[in-house]
Amino acid sequence: MFVLAFLGKRVLAAAVTLLVTSFLVFSLLAASPGSPEQTLLGARQPTPELIAALRAQHRLDDPFPVRYWHWLSGVLELDFGRSVRSSREVVDILAERLDVTLWLGLYAFVLVLLVAVPAGLSAGIRRDTAWDRGVTVTALLGVSAPPFAVGLMLLSVFGVGLGWFPVFGAGSGFADRISHLTLPAVALAVAGVAIVARQTRAATMDVTAKDFITFAEARGLPRRVVLGRYALRNSALPVITSAGLVLAYSLTGAVLVESTFALPGLGSLLVESVSTKDIPVVQGLALLTAALVIGVNLIVDLCYLGLDPRVRHAGGV
Amino acid sequence: MIVRALSAFALGLVVIAALLGDWIAPFDPGAQDLAGTAMPPDAAHWLGTDELGRDVLSRLIAGTRTALLGPALVALGVAVLSTAIGLLAGYRGGWVDSAIMRAVDLVYAIPPLLVAIVVVGVFGGGYPLAIGVLIALSVPADTRMVRSAVLAQRNLAYVEAARTVGLGRGRILFAHLLPNVLPTVVANLLLSFVGALVGLAALAFLGLGVGTGAPDWGRMLAENKGLVDLNPAAMIGPAVLITVVAASVTLLGDRLYDLMSARGRDAGRA
Repeated sequence: MFVLAFLGKRVLAAAVTLLVTSFLVFSLLAASPGSPEQTLLGARQPTPELIAALRAQHRLDDPFPVRYWHWLSGVLELDFGRSVRSSREVVDILAERLDVTLWLGLYAFVLVLLVAVPAGLSAGIRRDTAWDRGVTVTALLGVSAPPFAVGLMLLSVFGVGLGWFPVFGAGSGFADRISHLTLPAVALAVAGVAIVARQTRAATMDVTAKDFITFAEARGLPRRVVLGRYALRNSALPVITSAGLVLAYSLTGAVLVESTFALPGLGSLLVESVSTKDIPVVQGLALLTAALVIGVNLIVDLCYLGLDPRVRHAGGV
Repeated sequence: MIVRALSAFALGLVVIAALLGDWIAPFDPGAQDLAGTAMPPDAAHWLGTDELGRDVLSRLIAGTRTALLGPALVALGVAVLSTAIGLLAGYRGGWVDSAIMRAVDLVYAIPPLLVAIVVVGVFGGGYPLAIGVLIALSVPADTRMVRSAVLAQRNLAYVEAARTVGLGRGRILFAHLLPNVLPTVVANLLLSFVGALVGLAALAFLGLGVGTGAPDWGRMLAENKGLVDLNPAAMIGPAVLITVVAASVTLLGDRLYDLMSARGRDAGRA
């Protein structure tokens, strides 16, 4: 019963946030400098027919709330309108660019998990050793280093200097793509690794000081079981909480990394569309991003329920 | 710790560069030398020259002031607003608290820099707008932290005592609660500074915010990206500088927080 109420509340909150966001995103067109027609015309020749078509398509003669409703019902059917720059459907453009960004994001995510959790866990267990200090300082540097700065340094050392990796483009086919995306993924992963490693270290130090760990060790359980089943699971909650933060970092990071490495993904699309004032594409991207952020935060809440029985029974996170 | 000493040294150098910029820069940061473009580092130009033959080191030094000033504004703005709102929410409680926290929840998960990219890009407001957006969107997260620090304090004996003596709300908030949530405020202040430093550099890197020609670190990264073969120092210089300043300030924040909360503990014990 409690689980249902908890879920219902979270889903409702997510829906409200999404609705508010959609309103702000829609207002971008009205709020951007110049009249909406001018914005929608872009560099095209302003013939009376085209203007009339745009006015009809965007319902510019209707009052604002009606226009918003019309746009929102289109959005629910994945119709974000057409790009000002290329006159193509925004959805098609997004779909085309999604591929590279998904690869980049997944690649970086795998790197984060593979590096950060073991590093944080081992640093937390071997507290105040040289290894712990090394991890802490490296994480501190990583959390402060902007992805584009890291990207450019990697680019000049491993791309141009040593020639190990290609320096731009996304590649085609699995192996080629992996080699093209390695430097960008590392640049994107650095901040995430740093955040998750810090969280894991702190959580591990907390948990390993608890009585149940001492007891498990006293019972002579193998180290693997103590760490894997007792320490890791109990330090998972704060780590998962930081997932939302990491996502926010990687979305912003993707924009910067894709621009650095000239990758044709959603991030570079945002920069292109923003600088050419291609509002429909910006709106589509903004909504997609908002849905992603809100969705992940919802999933984080669900993970709480799954991992920690106390949340299931007690109420309130 | 060596790292701490190094970061203090680096910060000291950067602050000196910001204060004395014009005197210590070896060249005029805007002077072009079209006969010596994209030169690798040598005895005269320690970091070489850029595409227009401008001295990279002088431009880095000239960019120090903007690099520090913008983030400082953001950090101060965020600190003042989030402390005021957090104190109010945490101490008043009730509907004021719920209303503030609902609003905070709404924008909490939004990545500030992404919004800044969209808003500054679409409205073209440049540097001032970028600073405004970063302040507005960084306030919620800090408000949340100040509020929980206040919640941890508000029922302690000293607050109770102040209330019993009949002190006014303002006096309790600012003279009694504020000093005790100050470690959180200061730690957040420095973290906001780092976030804004990186954020403003990112905007400049994407061509938003600062105008062309201005010696800005993020801008220089973008401009000198093409020099990766000829003079990589022109590109690595600003990248390293941004990272070092950001890391040093983060470290300083960690350290200050530890010191201030340790002092609080000792005072409590005495």
